[in-house]
Amino acid sequence: MTTETYADLIAAEDVLLFVNAAVTATGQREFHSGAGHQQLSLDFLHAYVRINYRRVYAASLALDINDHNAVRIVRGLLEHAADASAEERRTEGRLIAARLAKLPPQRVYRLFRELRAAKVNNRRTRAIMRDWLAARPDPAHDAVKYRAGLKTAARHAHLRLDGGTAPDGELGAFLFRPGKLPRYEHRLLDAWRRAHYEQGAVDELPFTVAEGFAARHGMKREAFVARMVPRMTRLERLRTQGRRTVADPAELPGGVDLTVMPLTRLALYVLSLEREARGRHRAELVPALRASARRAAGPHAGSWGRVAAVLDDSYSSSGSGEKRRRPLAVALACHFLLEALAAPGACVPLWTSGARDPLLVGPSGPTPLGTRILDALGHGPERLVIVSDGWDNAPPGLAGEVLRVWRTRLDPDRRTAVVHVNPVYDAAGFDVRRLSPSVPTAGIRDAEDLPALVEIAQFSEGRTGPAELHAYLDRQVARFVDDGRPGGAR
Amino acid sequence: MNRLELNGLTARPAQVWGGIRLVPLVREKPVEGLRLHREVYAADGPAVVEVGPRAHYTSYIPHGFVADWSGEGARSATYGTQLAGPGGEGAPPRTMKLPRHRHHRLAKRQPGDRLRFLPLHLALEGYLALHFGGPSTAWEEWSRRALRDGLSPRGEDAYMGWSVRGLGDALRTFEIHPGQCGVMVYAADTLAAAFVVPHPGDYRLLHPTLIEDLYGELVHQYAMYGAPVPEFGARIADGPGLRTLAALRAAAREQEREWAEAHDTLFARELLDSSYGFERVYRMGAFTLWRFLPPFLRDRGGQHIGETITDHKGQVAYLKTFRLSEAQVRRGHLLHRLDDADWRLPLAAQALGTGEKELRARIRAAGFESLLRHREL
Repeated sequence: MTTETYADLIAAEDVLLFVNAAVTATGQREFHSGAGHQQLSLDFLHAYVRINYRRVYAASLALDINDHNAVRIVRGLLEHAADASAEERRTEGRLIAARLAKLPPQRVYRLFRELRAAKVNNRRTRAIMRDWLAARPDPAHDAVKYRAGLKTAARHAHLRLDGGTAPDGELGAFLFRPGKLPRYEHRLLDAWRRAHYEQGAVDELPFTVAEGFAARHGMKREAFVARMVPRMTRLERLRTQGRRTVADPAELPGGVDLTVMPLTRLALYVLSLEREARGRHRAELVPALRASARRAAGPHAGSWGRVAAVLDDSYSSSGSGEKRRRPLAVALACHFLLEALAAPGACVPLWTSGARDPLLVGPSGPTPLGTRILDALGHGPERLVIVSDGWDNAPPGLAGEVLRVWRTRLDPDRRTAVVHVNPVYDAAGFDVRRLSPSVPTAGIRDAEDLPALVEIAQFSEGRTGPAELHAYLDRQVARFVDDGRPGGAR
Repeated sequence: MNRLELNGLTARPAQVWGGIRLVPLVREKPVEGLRLHREVYAADGPAVVEVGPRAHYTSYIPHGFVADWSGEGARSATYGTQLAGPGGEGAPPRTMKLPRHRHHRLAKRQPGDRLRFLPLHLALEGYLALHFGGPSTAWEEWSRRALRDGLSPRGEDAYMGWSVRGLGDALRTFEIHPGQCGVMVYAADTLAAAFVVPHPGDYRLLHPTLIEDLYGELVHQYAMYGAPVPEFGARIADGPGLRTLAALRAAAREQEREWAEAHDTLFARELLDSSYGFERVYRMGAFTLWRFLPPFLRDRGGQHIGETITDHKGQVAYLKTFRLSEAQVRRGHLLHRLDDADWRLPLAAQALGTGEKELRARIRAAGFESLLRHREL
C-alpha cells in the first residue's frame, strides 16, 4: 500500500461506484425511488466519471453493464470527442464498435436518432454509423422493421444505401421516395407495399410490423397471432402467449424451447406465471431452469464447494411497474445458478420469508436478513452469497452487525468468503446499498454475470489495490475488443 | 375500563421513510369471531351524516368500516362486484357509479350480525359534542344564545393522509409482516395514529386506507417541517462471550426484544399510560365498540381521541386514534373546567388559577366568543 496515494484509492472507489451503477441502474422507477430521481442521479454519475476518468469511462463498455448505460456512454464519448487525445479516441472507437455490435438494433437506432437530435455529426460518428449499418445482415429487413430509425441514420450520416441484398437504388426509393416504384424486387419490401391493401401479404412481414397492418385491416387477433407464430422471435412468442391461448391459458407456449433461454429471462418468465400454473408445469420449468443455470455456470460449474445463499423475497423484491419482479427474478436465477456452481448437493439456499419451494416464491413480508445470515452461517459454508436490495429492516442494520462480528471475532482468518450482490440501484447513494463495509458488494443485473461480479466485488473490499483494478479493466478491454473484431474469437 | 391495553400485540422493528416511522404490531393469533371490512363511498364531494333528529353534519368520508361478528367473515361481497343476468342476457355494466351516501347515524346495524361505522368520525364527533349543552343555569354572564342552543355547532379541521408529507411513500414501501394486525404511525417521532384490526387478512386490505384517514394539524406540520428521523440500527456490543455462532444469535435476538420493549416504554408511552374516558357506542355480542377521550390535562404530551372495539376480556380487537393539536387540547381543557365549575365564571377562574378577565379572554381565544354576553366585553 506504500506506493499508492490516497487519490488512487479514491479513484478506484469511484470506478467501482460507477460500475455498480452502470450494471444496475436503468433510469426507471425502482421500488424505493422514482424515475426522475434515478435519471438525475445517473446523469451526475456519467458526467462525473466521463470528465474525471475518461479512460475508465470508455473501458466500462467492456464490462457486463446494461444496455441503457452502454448507450449513454457511447453517446457521451461521441458528444465530447474533443476532450480525448488521438490515441484515446482510437481505443474508444474500437470499444464503441464492439459494443454496438452486441446491442439490440432498436437501441442503436434510437442512439443514432439521439445523436442527430444533439447535432453530433463528426467524422468519427459518421464512420461508426456507416460501419454498424454495413454489418447489419439484411438492410431491407431493417428498412421495414426500423423504418424511421434507418431513415434518420442514413440521412444523418449521408449514407448511400446501395449494396446489401436489395437491388441497387431500391432501398433509397423505399425509404425516401415511397410510391415512386410500382413494385420492389426485394420480397420483403414488396410485401410491405402490398400489405397496405392485401391481407395475404401481412403474414410475410416481421411480427411487430404485421401487427399494425393486421389492426388496420381489422383481422381477428387470435387467428392472426396463431398464423404468425413461426415468424415470431422467442420473446414475442412468450409475450403474446397470455393473450393468444385464450382457450387454454394453462398451457405453456408451443414452439419455445425454454431450456435455451437465458437464465434471468427464464426466471422472469416463470415469475410472470400464476403460482398455480407454476406448480402444474413444475416438470417443464424446473429442468429448464436447471439446464439454463448449468449453461450459465459454464466452466465454473461445481467449483465453488459448499455454498450458502441468502435470497431476498421480501415485498421490495417486487420491483416497480417498470421493472416488475426484477430483483426477485435475479434471486430466483441465482438460486439455480448457485446450485450449479456449488459442489453437487452442497448448496443451501435460504429465502428471507422462509419459503422452501423456489418455484413458488412471491414477493411478500419484511426483510430479516440478519437472522437468515445467521442461519446460513450455521451451515458452515465456504462461500456465502447474499442476493438482496440491501434494505434490511427486521431489525434494520442487523445483517451488517452480524457480518461485522462474524468477520472480526468468529472468522478473522476468512475461511468463509462472503459476497453481497445487489440488483437495485439506490439513487440517493449513487451506488447499490451495502450491508457492511467488511463485505464486498457488487451490482448485478443478470444472474449469469455472478462469477464475473464476484471477481469485481473483491476490489470493493479494499484488500486488492487500484493497480490490480486497472490491470483487470485493461484485460477486460483487450478481450472484449478482440472478441468483437470480425474474424476474432467469438 | 379507563386504559388502553395492547395485550397480545408485539411491536416489531420500525421501518423509516424520511420523517415517517411505521411500527408494525403483530399478533400471535388473530382475534376470533370478529372481522372488519371496508365500504367505499363516492369520493367526489362531502357526504352527509345524520347524527340525530334534525341534526346532521357534512364531511369528506372516503370509506366506512363494517364489523362482522357473525363468524362468517367471508360472506360479504367484495367491493367492485358486478351483477350480471343469468345466461348472458344483456351485458353487465362496464362501470358502476357509486351512489352519493346519506349516512344514517355514525354506527348503524346492518342485516346479519354486522355493524357499519365511520372510522375516526365516531371519535371526532365525541370530541365535538363535548359539553355541547352549554351552561345549564342562566348565569348572567352567558349570552342568550348560549343558553338556548348551547355551544354553537363546532367544526374541526383535519388533514387527509395524502397531504401528510412522506406518508404515501412510507405506506407504499412498507413491508407488511406475517401476522401483522396493526401499525403505529409516527411523524417526526411523535405518535400520529395507531391502527389495530382483529385479523392479518383484514390488515392487508385496510393498510392502504391509512392514506385516506384524518390526521391532526400537528402531524401535518411535523411531517412538513421535521427532518428525516434516524433509523433504529441494531448494535451488537463486542463482549468477551462472543466466540460462537450461538452467542451471536442470542445477541441478535436480544436486539429484537430490546426494540419491542423500548417502543412500548419510550414511543407509545403517551398513548398507553394515559387514562381515558370511555363511552360505549354499541354492543355486538361479545364485543363492544367504544369511543374515548383523553383527560385533557395540560403539559402531558400528545393526547389522543379514538375508538376501539374490545372483547369481553378487554382485549383490543380494533383501535384507531387521532392526535389532537395543542389548541384542541386547550379547548377541551377549558370546557372541562367550565363544566366542573357549573359554568360559573368566577369559580372556574379560581379553579384555573386566573382572574375572571383572563378567563374571558381565554374563552374568546378558544373560539367560543358567541357564548359570552356582548355587554360584558
